[in-house]
Amino acid sequence: MEAATVTVASPWSTALQALRSFLSKYGLYLVLLALPLRYGIQDLQRDGNLAGLAQNIFAGISNGAIWSLIALGYTLVYGIIELINFAHGDLFMIGSFVAFGLYGTLGLTLATGALGLVVGLLATLLLSMVACGSLNVMIERVGYRPLRSAPKLAPLITAVGFSFILQNVGILWLGGSQRSIPDLINAQTAFFDFAGVSVTHADVLAIFVTIPLVLALTTFVSHSRMGKAMRATAQDPEAAKLMGINVDTTISFTFLLGGLLAGAAGLIYALYQTTIWFFQGFTAGLIAFTAAVMGGIGNLAGAVLGGLIIGIIQQISDDRIGIQWTPAVVFAYLVLIMVFKPQGLIGEQTREAG
Amino acid sequence: MSRLKLPELSPRQGLVLGLGALAFVIVLPLLFDPLSGFTDDAILALAYVVMALGLNIVVGFAGLLDLGYVAFYAIGASVVGWFASDFFTGVGGDKGVHILVTGFPSKLLGIHMNILLLLVVAVLFTAIAGVIIGLPTLRLRGDYIAIVTLAFGEIIGRIAANGDSLHFGNGGKYKLTNGRQSISPVDQIHVPFFKEFDSALNLRPYYWFVLALVLLTLFVNFRLRDSRLGRAWIALREDEVAAVSMGVPLVKTKLMAYAAGAAFGGMSGVFLGSYFNSVNANLFQFSFSIFILAMIILGGLGSIWGVVVGAVALSFINSRLIPDVLNNVPSKIGLDFDLTQLSFGIFGFLILVMMVLRPEGLIPERRRQMELTEGVGTDEAVFEVRA
Repeated sequence: MEAATVTVASPWSTALQALRSFLSKYGLYLVLLALPLRYGIQDLQRDGNLAGLAQNIFAGISNGAIWSLIALGYTLVYGIIELINFAHGDLFMIGSFVAFGLYGTLGLTLATGALGLVVGLLATLLLSMVACGSLNVMIERVGYRPLRSAPKLAPLITAVGFSFILQNVGILWLGGSQRSIPDLINAQTAFFDFAGVSVTHADVLAIFVTIPLVLALTTFVSHSRMGKAMRATAQDPEAAKLMGINVDTTISFTFLLGGLLAGAAGLIYALYQTTIWFFQGFTAGLIAFTAAVMGGIGNLAGAVLGGLIIGIIQQISDDRIGIQWTPAVVFAYLVLIMVFKPQGLIGEQTREAG
Repeated sequence: MSRLKLPELSPRQGLVLGLGALAFVIVLPLLFDPLSGFTDDAILALAYVVMALGLNIVVGFAGLLDLGYVAFYAIGASVVGWFASDFFTGVGGDKGVHILVTGFPSKLLGIHMNILLLLVVAVLFTAIAGVIIGLPTLRLRGDYIAIVTLAFGEIIGRIAANGDSLHFGNGGKYKLTNGRQSISPVDQIHVPFFKEFDSALNLRPYYWFVLALVLLTLFVNFRLRDSRLGRAWIALREDEVAAVSMGVPLVKTKLMAYAAGAAFGGMSGVFLGSYFNSVNANLFQFSFSIFILAMIILGGLGSIWGVVVGAVALSFINSRLIPDVLNNVPSKIGLDFDLTQLSFGIFGFLILVMMVLRPEGLIPERRRQMELTEGVGTDEAVFEVRA
């Protein structure tokens, strides 16, 4: 059949067909490589080496670690109830705010000694994770569970509503403008230099908090009993229910996990950027959602990969195109992903991807 | 679920009631001072009605959740900034370009067009933008559509806010927008055969002008809803697969929904730009999209009269109830915060409460109400989530 259509078609439409299949296969990769290639060539022409680009990529990875943590929350929730939890980005913002509040409560200041700082920050990490986790469970209980039987748009709209409520909680809490907070870990001080790339305290922190959390999460989902229940519910809630899995509890638990990660991301962001404000969650949420979609929504490894890639794109854009254009660049990527490969980079592994 | 039952009217009674209501809204501003705050609020409310009715075509009729509706407001308002101010000084030499413009603006530099032309231009621009935004969403499902439209809305907002660094024309003479500085002043509205409007003296002409826009929008909406296209939208909303197999052209129908919805956003944007006498990129934010979305959710997705009620109600809540009536409540009960800062939190809460308690809206569309009440109460609800 196919051969017949090819012989009938004119060479022009054959070429078009070939281009289309090429684009649908490799379009996303081309799009992703466009920015690094463009600026890599520029660097080579100007300086003769790639140090500038390498610095961007490294800073992008450590930035991307935060996006990965948030993206995991999106992907977990989407994987199990196919809802874009719009409020997730704002939950991350609340995480930052809780962390900042805990600085005061625990008496963490620039003068705190090294041991006190480590213990205090660990406590802050734990508490902000718990705070965000329980908040997320509550949001699910109030806003999404009553709407399980409603048309799909309904829970999405309540999610938007929750997003606004959380943002306004943020405004009430710390006001409507950016707030600088103590730079407890001297975030931008170089830890060491490696081949012209300086690795800062913030980079080290971001990477060394993210890796264990991601490992713990993946182990949990793949090995524990609850993780199994989560995967079963994601695959087929009806069958899972018949097998004696408590679907409601499992969904609540998924929200808890997503919230825990958002809380951790909130603290890392607060330490990393040292300015927080109520609107940080909106942009971060969209960036992280882009990351989750890029990796293939519902896929944990994909979310991490997507987070890192988006981090790099964002860093290159911040540095080369201009920070005021970065959201537009990231959103343009989001649209391009949707055009070329809505199922994401490694989306094939999930059920009913796309 | 249906607690609010409107009494059945005969066509004759309906006509009388309709004409009476129309007469009432026409004479309404005469009961107030020409510059009264009420007229100002009413003008805004009517402009939002036009937008909400436009968004209702996309979200309510066709079931495509559009979270980037602010893009069309931005484009419509920018049309005013470009073609009805001295923004493009230098176009047309030292005379400027004037199309059907009389009076004071006809002596100014830059491009100046009559408001009726601006409306047409904005409708064209926004309809094209709507199609462009619609194209990548064609293959996608509900919530992905929401995200892509949101991304487009943000991109357009960013372009408007940073457009002062985008230059074009001979040697980069012209900017795309004025960035965070607004384009101001823009020309006063001037409709042929009427005196030039002046927002410093009398707001009533603006009211009647936007009322005419609302009536036009209502007429088009009713006609569209009952047309072949409108039924195709509703069919797509109810079940895409079934609709397509019954011969509804998917691409054309969806793109028409985006284009039609966008066009009304553009129209309203033109009016608001002229009325505010400036075009400010700071207004083009995501929260505005949600503001309009909240109106149609409050009124009832897909229900034209519901949307009108929702838009008027929310607009008055925003411009009157929160800043004037409720704003001193926190201080009275011993709290210290500015309630106007939290208006979007209040809208978020409103959306949430409406969705959980009365998802069909204040004045529900009959078809959607049936759909919602049938679904409620089934125990095996979880699978419906995956549909």
